[in-house]
Amino acid sequence: MSLNVESPVVSTAPAPQPLRLIDDTGHAVTDNAGDFVLPDPGTLLGLYRQMVVARRFDVQVTALTRQGRLATYPSALGQEACEIAAVASLDPGDWLFPTYRDSIALLTRGVKPEHILASFRGEWHSGYDQYEHRIAPQATPLATQALHAVGLATASKLKQDSTVALTLLGDGATSEGDAHEALNFAAVWQAPVVFVVQNNQFAISVPLDKQMRCRTIADKAIGYGMPGFYVDGNDVAAMYAVTSAAVDRARTGGGPTLVEGLTYRMEAHTNSDDPSRYRAAGDVDVWRRRDPIERLDTYLVSIGALSDQERAGIRDEAEDLAAATRECMMLPVRVDPLELFDHVYADPRAALAEQRAFLAAELAEHAALAGQPPATPSAPTTPSSSTTPAGAHA
Amino acid sequence: MTLQSTISPVVARPPAALTMAAALNAAIHDSMRDDPTVVLFGEDVGPLGGVFRVTDGLYAEFGETRVSDSPLAESGIVGTAIGMAIYGLRPVVEMQFDAFSYPAFEQIVSHLAKMRNRTRGRISLPIVIRIPYAGDIGGVEHHSDSSEAYWSATPGLTVVSPSNPADAYSMLREAIASDDPVIFMEPKSRYWMKEVLSLPVQTTPMNTAVVLREGTDVTLIAYGPTVKTALATAELATAEGLSIEVIDLRSLSPFDDATVGASLRKTSRAAVVHEAAQFGGYGAEVAARLTERNFFHLAAPILRITGFDIPYPSPKLEEYFLPTPDRILAALGTWEWS
Ligand SMILES: Cc1ncc(C[n+]2csc(CCOP(=O)(O)OP(=O)(O)O)c2C)c(N)n1
Repeated sequence: MSLNVESPVVSTAPAPQPLRLIDDTGHAVTDNAGDFVLPDPGTLLGLYRQMVVARRFDVQVTALTRQGRLATYPSALGQEACEIAAVASLDPGDWLFPTYRDSIALLTRGVKPEHILASFRGEWHSGYDQYEHRIAPQATPLATQALHAVGLATASKLKQDSTVALTLLGDGATSEGDAHEALNFAAVWQAPVVFVVQNNQFAISVPLDKQMRCRTIADKAIGYGMPGFYVDGNDVAAMYAVTSAAVDRARTGGGPTLVEGLTYRMEAHTNSDDPSRYRAAGDVDVWRRRDPIERLDTYLVSIGALSDQERAGIRDEAEDLAAATRECMMLPVRVDPLELFDHVYADPRAALAEQRAFLAAELAEHAALAGQPPATPSAPTTPSSSTTPAGAHA
Repeated sequence: MTLQSTISPVVARPPAALTMAAALNAAIHDSMRDDPTVVLFGEDVGPLGGVFRVTDGLYAEFGETRVSDSPLAESGIVGTAIGMAIYGLRPVVEMQFDAFSYPAFEQIVSHLAKMRNRTRGRISLPIVIRIPYAGDIGGVEHHSDSSEAYWSATPGLTVVSPSNPADAYSMLREAIASDDPVIFMEPKSRYWMKEVLSLPVQTTPMNTAVVLREGTDVTLIAYGPTVKTALATAELATAEGLSIEVIDLRSLSPFDDATVGASLRKTSRAAVVHEAAQFGGYGAEVAARLTERNFFHLAAPILRITGFDIPYPSPKLEEYFLPTPDRILAALGTWEWS
């Protein structure tokens, strides 16, 4: 296997209108579906369930943030179709490279609420086991994670593994140099990677027309020599059909794909943002009528694939998760100040050992002043999971 | 992983005169032969063998799977190396010249340096970024920067710089075997320095400083390109009856407090020499930490003999910029000697 590949350059322009399989009103449509077909009802019901549960989690965490119990939380309300379709397209062995926005993608991949919230509670930067879940830490420096996805995908290809990487990006992030470099490296190396851009139309306050003069983000794929798809990002059926086809193509040696989901961020950028300064309430109402969950609900009911009883069962599951999420906020914040020094280098450093001893002494002194028994000095902690990189055993 | 275990399988070679560039080449070669997870990529590192020929012949021997020319984008090179390392590879990447590492600054500072910490030790990034650096080669602008202070000021990075072919081989092998990301700063002006070596050679561990020349009156601290300058200064100083101890730091981060501190306590005077500008430069850290730890052993303030606080000059002006033995001796002459 080599990075030097002979493959035809793909240059089909994405469709001018977003590709969709189920329209705003919940009807199956074929006029702008390309070669894609509706996923089967069982798959759609699964996606529906995951979206409902994810939204309940998102709403719950936003509420906790408003109560001042989390430092911040970037909500994905309204973007569930993009998030859930992306994750549902992956095999368990594939890797996800998410951003701060994509907590519900983590949840859907099986990360426990307490581990997702560890970072937003301020316990540690990334609170889950990246190798167990095959999810990189949520990236904040925009578009940087896309390069990591390309690198991992390339490593998978070099090892002749079948692992695919998928990265989530925002529309604003596509202006960053790293987005360009990632798309270009992926194309040149024909890396098994899928870029899913959630075009929620704003980068904090800045609308997309201030980011680019391109017709769509997906159009940029032509320039890189990879397939690009402009998709209704509130239609989970279309997002799933397109993204899972892209993942399959990547897995079978077809190289990278750029998928743009046109969606809308219903909440503020984060809790500290004030969207009334840059968008009209009426715009939000327009997008509320395009809700990804409502339309799938209508469609599933129309084909007899979702009963009231099933819906109630899914809502119960969502409520249970919300309760569990609230409960995990009851857990004491778990921080050990001495752990600060434990994960900076693999090779221990004398200077850090000195600084650790300094902090330990300071803590002991404070404890003594407060009349508490001195805390037992903790031994340096080791990672709570295997440190063997996935695929390293190959 | 110990250095020994990575070196042993390599067949011993007869003594030969090797340049630093050739020693670096051999180090990458031997690491790649011993460890199938080591991969090499960057700008022109493939068939050309790199603009300094450090990767000469590796493409022919290991093929496109393990040695490849990447697209011309430094952030992309480091960013994709990070992804590869997450998946269990050990990438060795090249920044073609010092100043062209700056597009990769974000990937290096925000991800490479922090990943282990962010993930509570779960993700190691065993990546080596080779950076040909510093001047004295008549390079046009942007080809002679000394960027070590940026990297050394970043927790999570290991920053080393060899000054001779033996260390170049040994330290690069150790860097590739390290589970920490290493910024490997190669002094361009020393690439053609020759030394007779029987490879594989193992010098002292990468994270230690060495006393290259013993002396009793002054500790002169240098690294990379200025080690040669410091040794020349020590030679000249003997004529003036001054005994200079020369320390080659080798590792900028971590800093070997023990070795340097012991020397300073012996001589009670120290000066640090580097090409980079003085203000906020690496020498400021050296002077500050040595003073904090050894103040009552000091007979004089610690001096910095460095480039001026200006951008690196054009080729016809660099001789006025670079620290020279004369300038170092003049600086030492400003101390009160009682
Ligand atoms: C390199 C970089 N520059 C600036 C920021 C600050 N910032 C955080 S989110 C954001 C907007 C990103 O918008 P977009 O990519 O569209 O994603 P969204 O937040 O809408 O999901 C900005 C400017 C950052 N995180 N990283």
